[in-house]
Amino acid sequence: MSARVGVVRFLGTNCDRDLWQAAEGAGLKPEWLWYEDNFEPMDYAALLIPGGFSYGDYLRCGALAARTPVMKSVRKAAQQGVPILGICNGFQVLCEAELLPGALLPNQSGRFVDAWVELKLENSKDSWASGRPGSSVYLPVAHGDGRYHINEEGLKAIEDRGQIWWRYSKNPNGSVADIAGVSDPSGKVVGLMPHPERAVAEWMGGQDGLQFFKEIS
Amino acid sequence: MIVALKVMPRREVLDTQGRAVAESLQRSGFALESCRVGKYIEVQVEESDPDKALEKLREMAEYVLYNPLIETFEMEVVQGSGQ
Repeated sequence: MSARVGVVRFLGTNCDRDLWQAAEGAGLKPEWLWYEDNFEPMDYAALLIPGGFSYGDYLRCGALAARTPVMKSVRKAAQQGVPILGICNGFQVLCEAELLPGALLPNQSGRFVDAWVELKLENSKDSWASGRPGSSVYLPVAHGDGRYHINEEGLKAIEDRGQIWWRYSKNPNGSVADIAGVSDPSGKVVGLMPHPERAVAEWMGGQDGLQFFKEIS
Repeated sequence: MIVALKVMPRREVLDTQGRAVAESLQRSGFALESCRVGKYIEVQVEESDPDKALEKLREMAEYVLYNPLIETFEMEVVQGSGQ
């Protein structure tokens, strides 16, 4: 039986269909979760939080989505060890919910960045895209607010605990320490600015994103 | 009563919006060293005691209106209930 995964949608989410198809293509059984929903965390093998512009990025990107009813269940899921992946705006939401460390700020260039980038795996996470540290993937980025920020003390803490997940080979947005993705201390909750769901077939430009969904079972 | 929150990016955080505004002003001939852009948020609460109104605003600030990792805030009373 294929694993059920919850895809969380807010007002303004716009990468939801892409993520759904990537999950289906990897043999998973996606189900929608709406921002007003409560759900039973253990019903799902994993939760996926797509990209987009929830609440139009009003106040701060991800801030309003992080305080919606569904996030109470997402928080419970994190406590119960359900793997959670936030992509782009989903990453911003997880940071705003304080399920991940740090914050995402407007790109250093002041411009939206839309490009393919190389990422290097810093610390592998059992629940997500395992692989050898140092191995690389090629994925698209598309964001205005992708500059990962954490203060010096926080950076040292996440470095020491192995919470840096992926780093950019060439930094596209001014992120501290070239950070493209981080995890919580457990390694189950992860966030990533690039879009693995947009790289799951050769016609898309590459299929390095597949491994992010194949690991879920 | 109307109370307000001034939210500013922390000094150590690069403020891209402020930098863009500063560059535009400088190119237009204005003399300035730098510029930072924050937010100003007004909230109307049913409260006649300014301290209590500000306390309510502080709760809202800590709940969502500012992010301590990247911002700082100040509060003020804009309009009392008697006005």
